[in-house]
Amino acid sequence: MTFAGWFTIFAFVALLTAGAIPLGNYLAQVYTGEPVFLSRLLGRPERWLYTILRVDPRRGQNWKQYARSLIIFSLAGWLLLYLILRTQTIHPWASYGGTKFHSGTWDVTFNTVSSFLTNTNWQFYGGETTLTYFSQMVGLTVQNFLSAGVGIVVAIALIRGIVGRSGSSLGNFWQDIVRTILYVLLPMSIIIGLVLVSQGSIQNIAHYLTVKGISSLGQTIAMGPVASQEAIKLLGTNGGGFFNVNSAHPFENPTGFTNFLEMLVVLIVPASLVFCYGRMVGARRQGYAIYATMMAMLLGAVIVCYIAEAHGSAAQHAAGLHTGVIKGSTGGNLEGKEQRFGVAGSALFDVVTSVTSCGAVNSAIESFTGLGGAIPFANLSASEVIFGGVGTGMYSILLYVLLAVFIGGLMVGRTPEYLGKKIEAREIKLVSLGLLITPLSALFCTALATATAAGRSSIATVAGTGPQGFSETFYAYLSQANNNGSAFAGYTGYEQPAAGSLGAHGIKFADILGGFDMMFARYAPILFALAVAGVLAGKRYTPAGLGTMRTDNVTFVVLLIGVIILVGALTFFPALLLGPIVQALTGHLYH
Amino acid sequence: MKRDFITAAIAIVVFTVLLGVVYPLAMTGASQVIFPGNANGQKIYRDGQLVGSALIGQSFREPVYKDGKEEMSGGNPVTAPDPRYFQTRPSGTTPADNAAATTFANYGPNGVNTEQYLAANLKAYLQMDKPYDPTLTAKQVPVDAIDTSASGIDPDISQANAWIQAHRVAAVRHLPLSTVMRLISKYTGGRGLGFSGEKTVNVLELNLALDRLTGAH
Repeated sequence: MTFAGWFTIFAFVALLTAGAIPLGNYLAQVYTGEPVFLSRLLGRPERWLYTILRVDPRRGQNWKQYARSLIIFSLAGWLLLYLILRTQTIHPWASYGGTKFHSGTWDVTFNTVSSFLTNTNWQFYGGETTLTYFSQMVGLTVQNFLSAGVGIVVAIALIRGIVGRSGSSLGNFWQDIVRTILYVLLPMSIIIGLVLVSQGSIQNIAHYLTVKGISSLGQTIAMGPVASQEAIKLLGTNGGGFFNVNSAHPFENPTGFTNFLEMLVVLIVPASLVFCYGRMVGARRQGYAIYATMMAMLLGAVIVCYIAEAHGSAAQHAAGLHTGVIKGSTGGNLEGKEQRFGVAGSALFDVVTSVTSCGAVNSAIESFTGLGGAIPFANLSASEVIFGGVGTGMYSILLYVLLAVFIGGLMVGRTPEYLGKKIEAREIKLVSLGLLITPLSALFCTALATATAAGRSSIATVAGTGPQGFSETFYAYLSQANNNGSAFAGYTGYEQPAAGSLGAHGIKFADILGGFDMMFARYAPILFALAVAGVLAGKRYTPAGLGTMRTDNVTFVVLLIGVIILVGALTFFPALLLGPIVQALTGHLYH
Repeated sequence: MKRDFITAAIAIVVFTVLLGVVYPLAMTGASQVIFPGNANGQKIYRDGQLVGSALIGQSFREPVYKDGKEEMSGGNPVTAPDPRYFQTRPSGTTPADNAAATTFANYGPNGVNTEQYLAANLKAYLQMDKPYDPTLTAKQVPVDAIDTSASGIDPDISQANAWIQAHRVAAVRHLPLSTVMRLISKYTGGRGLGFSGEKTVNVLELNLALDRLTGAH
């Protein structure tokens, strides 16, 4: 461990908070319809968009109408993306550097499309060998924006439900999605993308480079419009890399500085939404309480992960490697990590992208130490509420807040109420269903995949023995259910004997099961969250009285953390015990 | 309901044009104008010939010949490190440092195969560099020299790794050690913002500078 490493972690927390407060205010202005500084520039294109979409933005929708628009819009996106990915042979730039691109098989494509629609960006393919530039830009970049937008608008709708005073409207889905793209995601992506290029990310539509090289071996270097996709991949907590090795690739993440910036970009919208929430409900302290909850859990995860990775792995020590700090090297477990990021930059990136549903990785999670690798597990087991994906984290933690209020209310024997709305049986049923869908889906799929030979055929042959094989499988379905997309990359859904996707074929079982895992665990909780919003919106507001339990103090933060950990632990402990915990405790070497 | 379908169809087309065509192409245009060198991958030329990208690690190895024939293994030539050059980190791609198909090596933290792989790397490293620096022990070998990089095309090594290899490179090229050490510090990059990440030595730039000093052959 080094001073620079610890400084990186604490500077990150400080800068994130400093950036999220003003952006949170901005978001609140955007979604309450107040004019913002971009309104002068974008007001006209915005109105013009409503005209061609034939929507009246002033017409409010109740939760069912809002949900219907959202589902139909997602369906349209699904179909178009599937069409694009299955017609690669007729794309412009379909043949590059002697490599002719083929379309993926239907099962791999089913998995990929479901993955990008649900903001998961799970990848059962290698970007540079499988996808044309056309697919990357016209297919994937678009869904990187839209799936992020869908997540955000659900959070906003739920907030409106909580704030709503005797009405059923949650706002207008089409207006929300248009404003999210125009006022938030697009302008931020442009700035972030250009900063990345200024540091060395590439942005071109050139042929792959054929390099003579210094040795006689030569080299081919993949090119592409990388920065534009990298920006929204991180900002929208999508995570699908342009290249197979994602943000470990020097063209996606060229320096120690970009690594720091990319981590900030991943968390900035989820963190801002918390402050936006405080402002929209008219009680900033409510936002601060949620922010404190999330930050406490994030910091705990980072500290454990950094210490574990700096200590080094069992295999390193057995091989006689010295993993301490020496002059000119900071040591630690650098297996599967890049020199320019080091152990601290990799551990922090890992935690930041696993707490959000951003599956981006800048190092091989499979090669993290037992304890370090258990941290992303723990984060995923907490159902992505430690900041979480853009929007998804916000609506999920609000469901947890309602649950905590209910449990707290029962404990002290008062009628549970939150921000002037009584929390009754009906809402709690919906909340519980919303929170249990994801674990249910993850555990069911893991059980199915471990119990069948077809499921086990996806396990990596290099590392996937003993508990590691179970960890890989469990992580795969947990990650897909949480719409995270990061992976113990050994678990695979395709076989690719040669570059250019020639002869590649999917492993149907993993592709299809994973696809359903992602879709079910994405849309079912969205529907429950919108239903909760609908019910709350229609409730009468009663001002807080003496008997109201406070939800903006330390006691509530502790209660909330307790509820999150309790639900996660009760659900996942048996499964975690079989994989990562065994590995962390024994430190044995497995054949 | 029907209205939603129409709106959804129009919306997906409009957003696809805006976000999938206009946005990436405008970004490409802007990047090509403002940062042409970066946007195209920081290409490095020598004598008019493209020899690599400053950001992409490459192999400084040569094919092994046996009875006048290139030795092959699994369709790829067997290679050995070229002692005149600083060596990049171990790579998990096939062949090593393949910048057209990157992949993680995925060695687990507790696997016997990982231990064997790391032990073999350590042995090979000592075999290569200990003859030029007899005081070198396993304890002094930095982890980046033995552990696989993430991308498989890591362009950098640690300073400690470079300082050890400097003995070999200096001896083979008949250069004073101090000259090689000076070159290393010249191509050492600091941490981002002074704290983020680690110090790095760019292997390609360092090797090219050496070639400029003593000639490539």
